[in-house]
Order: sequence, then C-alpha cells, then structure tokens
Amino acid sequence: MPQAKDHIVKSFDEEIKKLNNYITHMGGLAESQLQAAIETLVKRDADTASRIIRDDAKIDEQEVLISQQVVRLLALRQPMAIDLRQIVAALKISSDLERIGDYAANVAKRAIALSQMPPLKPLFAIPRMARLVQHSIKDVLDAYTEADADKAIQVWQRDEEVDEMYTSLFRELLTYMMEDQRNISASIHLLFIAKNIERMGDHATNIAETIHFIVHGRDIAAVRPKGDNTSFAVLKANDADEMPSLEERR
Amino acid sequence: MNLSTGMTAMTAAVHREDAAVTAKISAKDVNVYYGDKHALKHVTIDIRPQEVTAFIGPSGCGKSTFLRCINRMNDVIDSCRVDGRIAIDDQDIYDKSLDVVQLRARVGMVFQKPNPFPKSIYDNVCYGPRIHGIGNGKTELDEIVQKSLERAGLWNEVKDRLQQPGTGLSGGQQQRLCIARAIAVNPEVILMDEPCSALDPIATARVEELIDELRENFTIIIVTHSMQQAARVSQRTAFFHLGILVEQGDTEQIFTSPRDERTQGYITGRFG
Repeated sequence: MPQAKDHIVKSFDEEIKKLNNYITHMGGLAESQLQAAIETLVKRDADTASRIIRDDAKIDEQEVLISQQVVRLLALRQPMAIDLRQIVAALKISSDLERIGDYAANVAKRAIALSQMPPLKPLFAIPRMARLVQHSIKDVLDAYTEADADKAIQVWQRDEEVDEMYTSLFRELLTYMMEDQRNISASIHLLFIAKNIERMGDHATNIAETIHFIVHGRDIAAVRPKGDNTSFAVLKANDADEMPSLEERR
Repeated sequence: MNLSTGMTAMTAAVHREDAAVTAKISAKDVNVYYGDKHALKHVTIDIRPQEVTAFIGPSGCGKSTFLRCINRMNDVIDSCRVDGRIAIDDQDIYDKSLDVVQLRARVGMVFQKPNPFPKSIYDNVCYGPRIHGIGNGKTELDEIVQKSLERAGLWNEVKDRLQQPGTGLSGGQQQRLCIARAIAVNPEVILMDEPCSALDPIATARVEELIDELRENFTIIIVTHSMQQAARVSQRTAFFHLGILVEQGDTEQIFTSPRDERTQGYITGRFG
C-alpha cells in the first residue's frame, strides 16, 4: 500500500511491508489453487487434485503468520489512521483468502469424485465462471497492492455477473437431474462446485469492500449487488418441456 | 512465588533462555537502600549486547534507581547503599579497584530534560573526549565532533553553526546534542532516563529512529514511563513494581501475553 511519505521510524515501514508481502503471497497461492482446481476438473486429474488438497495447508500457514504480525504491529506500534485501518484490514483479508483456499480445495475434492464417474455433458459454464472469479481475485489483489479503491469497486460490481452465472447453472443442472436420474450424482457435485466458486467470488467482493475501507475510511455506500436468486428458484414439471431438448442442444 | 528471594520459577526459566546469549551487563541480587528505605529488592537481570532494553513501571518503582546503579551515579547520594553484584563484561563495577570516572566514559547517560552545557555546540561534544584524552589536536577532535553529530542525526542541521551555544537549539535538537555528547567518548553502553518526555511526537520519533540506528553499535537501556515507547523501541522489557523486578522478557511477549498478572494489570491500565 503506497503512502506519500515513509515513517520516521524506518523499522515500522519494514514491518508493514512484511505484512503486505504476506497478503500478496497468500493471494497468489489462493489464485493458483483455484486455477489448478478447475484444471483438474476439466482434465479429470485425480492426482493433481490430491496435491491441491494438501497444498491448502500452505494457505492456512499464511493466515497464522498474518494474524501474528497484525497482533505484533498493534501491540508494538500503536498504529493510527490509515496505518490502523490497513493493519486491521489485513486480518480480514487473510480470512477471506483462507476461505477462498478452502473452496478451491473443496472443488479439487469433488473433481476426484467426478473423475470416477462417466463425464456429464460439457459444462462450459463452470470454467467460465471460475475464470471470472479468478480475474476478480487477481484484480482485487492488484487493488490492494496499489491502494486503488476504484479498481476495488470494479471488482465489487462484477459480483452480480458471477451470481447470475451461478443462478443459470443451477437451473441447467436441475433440468439434467429431472431428465435422467443417472445424472443426479454428478450434477449434485457440479452444483456444489458452482456454489463454491460463487462463494469465492463473494470473498473477493469482501476484499474489495475492505480495500475501499482502507483507502476511504468508510464502507462502500451502495447496497451490495446480489444476483443469486437460487434460494427462490422453483422449477415446475413443465419447465423441462420448455427448455430445448438434449438433441436440440447438441 | 517465594517473596523473600524474589526469584520466581518464571525468572529462573527466563535465565535459562538468557544463558545462551552472553550478557553485556549482569546484575545479581541487587538491593538498594536510601537510608532505611529498601528501594530495590533482589534484582537479577541480564542485559544483552547491541539491544535496547526498556525498564517500565509506575512512578517510584525503582527503575531509575536501578539505572543509576549501572554507572554508579547513586554514589553521589549520601544515604544510598548498593548491595549485590553488577558486572559489565563480567567485571564487577563496584570493585574497589575500579576507576569510576572510566566507568562513566564506558557507560554514557542521557537525561529526561536535555542538559547541554552552556558552551558552543562544538565544545559540548568535544568536552568529554578532551578530558578523557581521546583525540589529539584539532583535526582529530574535529573528526570526533563531526562523527558524533552525524551519528546523532544532527550534523546537517548544525554544521554551519558549531560555534553557537548548544542552548540555542530546539528541545529535540538539544536532546540529540546530548546523545552526540554521550557517544563522543565511545561508550559501550548508553543509559537513557526518559529521554523523550520533554519532546513533541515528531522529535520523539526522530530520537526513536536514532536509537534504532545506535543499537547496532551500543547496548542501550531506556527507562520510560511510556509503555508505548517501550513497545516501539526495545527488544527486551523489564517491568518493575514497588522495588521488585516483576517480569522481564522479549518485548513482543511482554506486550502481547505477559506471564505475570501484575504486568498485565499495569500495561492494560488496570492499576498503577
């Protein structure tokens, strides 16, 4: 987070820099875990998926380091104003990144299960949704490094698109399940995967809100855009008839 | 806890940790009396080299008294009696054969209220080297003065007015002048008794940055009634209360999870 001037006591700057580096490193790990998890899903690669699950421990370690550094800074430096906001924010951001890591590991777990079942029809929507979320994570980490609240707001607004993709995926998967009950197992896994990706998007949005708070010292004023209407979704019996048939879709 | 010896299991444990690092200053079972008043009780502590150790505690707890034992300034107080062993580099400083004047060159002191001599800036700094016979001739003394003022972070501000009186400087500058004066005689240890109490926050920050730089070459002990300053500036902290050394340890540990309830009570502002 660039500041106009350095602190008079240089070691304070060094310790804040250390904290920033931990966050950036943790964010990079989370981002690559997500990317790798989707690849294992698409390629049906159970071995890599197992590695991803183990690697989640590295992200958890970072959270511990960040917590310790935050407590240390609060105790030893009595930070004020932007320093205080930034240091407290690091705690919140690391918590969001840790959840993103957990969800990526969950995706990998389900990828292992799916690799042992016959493949469901190609669902381009999932990798597409994952790419969108991956961009959000990358952009929000850039926004953090550059103290760019505007960039953070852009990420924040993108969450609606992620939610809409999830809602339509939800409907699509419901129809597969209704068409053929042999599809149910795989569809449920994919539904959970989609939900996990949507949650990762939410956490990236949380980080965006936190960055806005660091820079401006107050919350993003508008109401957070919510596009996930699946809680209200009810598919009636003839909805399946109205959707294009499997043959038409191929 | 065994109150009569003051050496708790915790202190013993800390000493086992300390054994790995050779102490610069080693105090064992030090007692100080002002007449009948038992001001400092059974203080045992090791001060590590090239580190800043902070003494904290409420007013009257004995921290300044203990500080003054280390350069034997308590000698000038008639009613004061010091018991126990204080050693620097394993040499007992209360030994009869020790030259106290030399001791006070090895162990410099900076006080709460900046006290520059009523002399020029130049003469303030070269006074010590002159009387100790350090530096022969003007060129060498000039070098010592410049180096000391540079190390104290004051050179650029005063290099064009070295002949002006030291008392004409601002509070923060005067204190840095006193630090330059102390380091001009090449001490090994610098004692600081609340060096920033009289300074504004920016001047304080500059002195704290200076302390950070100085500890590469000196062992520093700072008495401060500001726990926040102790937290910022030191690597080790010792908490005194009613003449007893209650707890000592790494600064981070003391301020995040102190072992003794009295320490926690003091630093959280629950008593004192």
